[in-house]
Amino acid sequence: MVVLGAPDADSAELYAETVVNGDPSWAGPLAGVALGLPVCHIMEPEVKALIDPAVYKQHLELMEVALDVERIAEGLGRVRQAKN
Amino acid sequence: MTSCATDRSALPVVKGVAYFLAHVPGMVRHGSKPSREIEKDPSLLPQVVGHLWRFDQAVAYPPNQVFIGNLDPDDLLKKIPPPWFQYAVPHASRWGSFGEIMPEDEFYGIMKICDQFGLLSLEEGFAQGVADKLKTHPLITAEDLARVAKGIPLEQIKAKLANAETIPVYVQGTELVGCVERPQGGGAEDDPNLLPEFLIENLASRASGVMALRHLIKSTGRAEDIDYLLGCGEEAVGDRYNRGGGNMAKAIGELSGCVRATGSDVKAFCCAPVHALVLAASLVTSRIFGNVVVAAGGSFAKLGMKFQGHLRRNMPILEDVLAGAAIWIAPDDGQSPVIRLDSIGKHEISSGSSQQAIMEKLVVEPLDRLGLKLTQVDKYATEMHNPELTEPQGSGNVPRTNYRTIGSFAVLRNEIKREELDHFVEVHGMPGFSPTQGHIASAIPVLGHAVKKMRDGAMANTMFLAKGSLFLGRVTQLSDGISFLLEKNKGVKS
Repeated sequence: MVVLGAPDADSAELYAETVVNGDPSWAGPLAGVALGLPVCHIMEPEVKALIDPAVYKQHLELMEVALDVERIAEGLGRVRQAKN
Repeated sequence: MTSCATDRSALPVVKGVAYFLAHVPGMVRHGSKPSREIEKDPSLLPQVVGHLWRFDQAVAYPPNQVFIGNLDPDDLLKKIPPPWFQYAVPHASRWGSFGEIMPEDEFYGIMKICDQFGLLSLEEGFAQGVADKLKTHPLITAEDLARVAKGIPLEQIKAKLANAETIPVYVQGTELVGCVERPQGGGAEDDPNLLPEFLIENLASRASGVMALRHLIKSTGRAEDIDYLLGCGEEAVGDRYNRGGGNMAKAIGELSGCVRATGSDVKAFCCAPVHALVLAASLVTSRIFGNVVVAAGGSFAKLGMKFQGHLRRNMPILEDVLAGAAIWIAPDDGQSPVIRLDSIGKHEISSGSSQQAIMEKLVVEPLDRLGLKLTQVDKYATEMHNPELTEPQGSGNVPRTNYRTIGSFAVLRNEIKREELDHFVEVHGMPGFSPTQGHIASAIPVLGHAVKKMRDGAMANTMFLAKGSLFLGRVTQLSDGISFLLEKNKGVKS
């Protein structure tokens, strides 16, 4: 399982694509390498529910306000759906 | 610090700011990322060359015009819709209120002026042509021109290039005009720290730093009044026994007429310039030195760093400039903006490395200390990377993320509502306009604009914050960061 922390929807989707289907930018060692790994973002509700609330508050609460978590989750959802 | 509250003459002010861009498309192929990728796949080279810009295109590029002071950062938000690379600023000039954008042929001439060890050879006709062009440059002296004019025949350059340790120098992407070679003698011939790959970095850094400093001196004061120079670039000058030994600061001052100055370099990855500004302000406040200049040249290694994303989107390779900056810190003159030394925020060793922890230390704690709300800071200057350069390679919009992070503190502290976050970012932030030159992009591109607006009475304050990724050097896992508040000068010189 790959847990992403990318701060915006576009880069989160790009990284998700990279660890599922291979680097779409053909820029790194995963170019053309489809690992097919399960992937999520640390701020998706299902992942957040697994984290100690005190730890989440200390490290992630602020960024949850800052980031567009809904769009990030949508992008990752697309990648996961295409994989399945 | 306490005494300066009652002694205005000891307040440190930003007396002047200058920036310099060298448009060097011919060097993009030598950037760290392009050179590694081209070596693996030589068929990339024609694609790289085919996506390079001409000088007039680089001059008319809106973010570059913001960088040298001909446009305001907010013009990119309110007047020029993205993609900015498809918009050419009408009647754009290479000269700006903060400095200039220089074409690559002239910049090779500046590198030659900086070359005291015969590392860079230029073809004789090219060298003479550059010297002729530089004759009209207001910051170039007769002594400089004598160093540029003497070139060598093209055949000699080609012969030198037969040695694998020599780097070719091109203009217009493919026209060979020179080379940089490894020095000989004194053990240099087998010192891995004196490879041309590093020496060309150092030459380019020095040359862009020299031009920034010369612009600063022209706009701000006399070179001989500068007491101390603080370098804050990303180069690592040194030999096998002193890797990264440095003093680029003094090398830059040597060629800028700073005959009374000494200096040293501050190393702290991307946040070195803000560290250096805090140190400079402290030296002035303590009266150890009267006039301190912070200076840095550009990062050669970062040329074309995200070129693959640019190629994929079939856009020009926009990481084609080297950037320099120079900032003059002096005692209070009653007009120039003040660096508040009671506002310093610092990321401490024990602070932790999450964005939340870093921003709390750099923004929230200092403002709490000053009794200010986040919304009482007019603008925040953070990493000002141009998103048009970073987004195609998946690095996101760095300044926007930073502004949303700062705004999120305002949400959590009930200064603004969640739905006002976008408005906070628009009012207290600005679009990224800096080339991805690491230390140069880190807050300081805003300084010139902030100083201008505070002098004009159009702005009360700006917070400058910079972060550094110390872990990249594989020595420590730590992050870093430092910040200060710049304030409009409220008084008359005592």
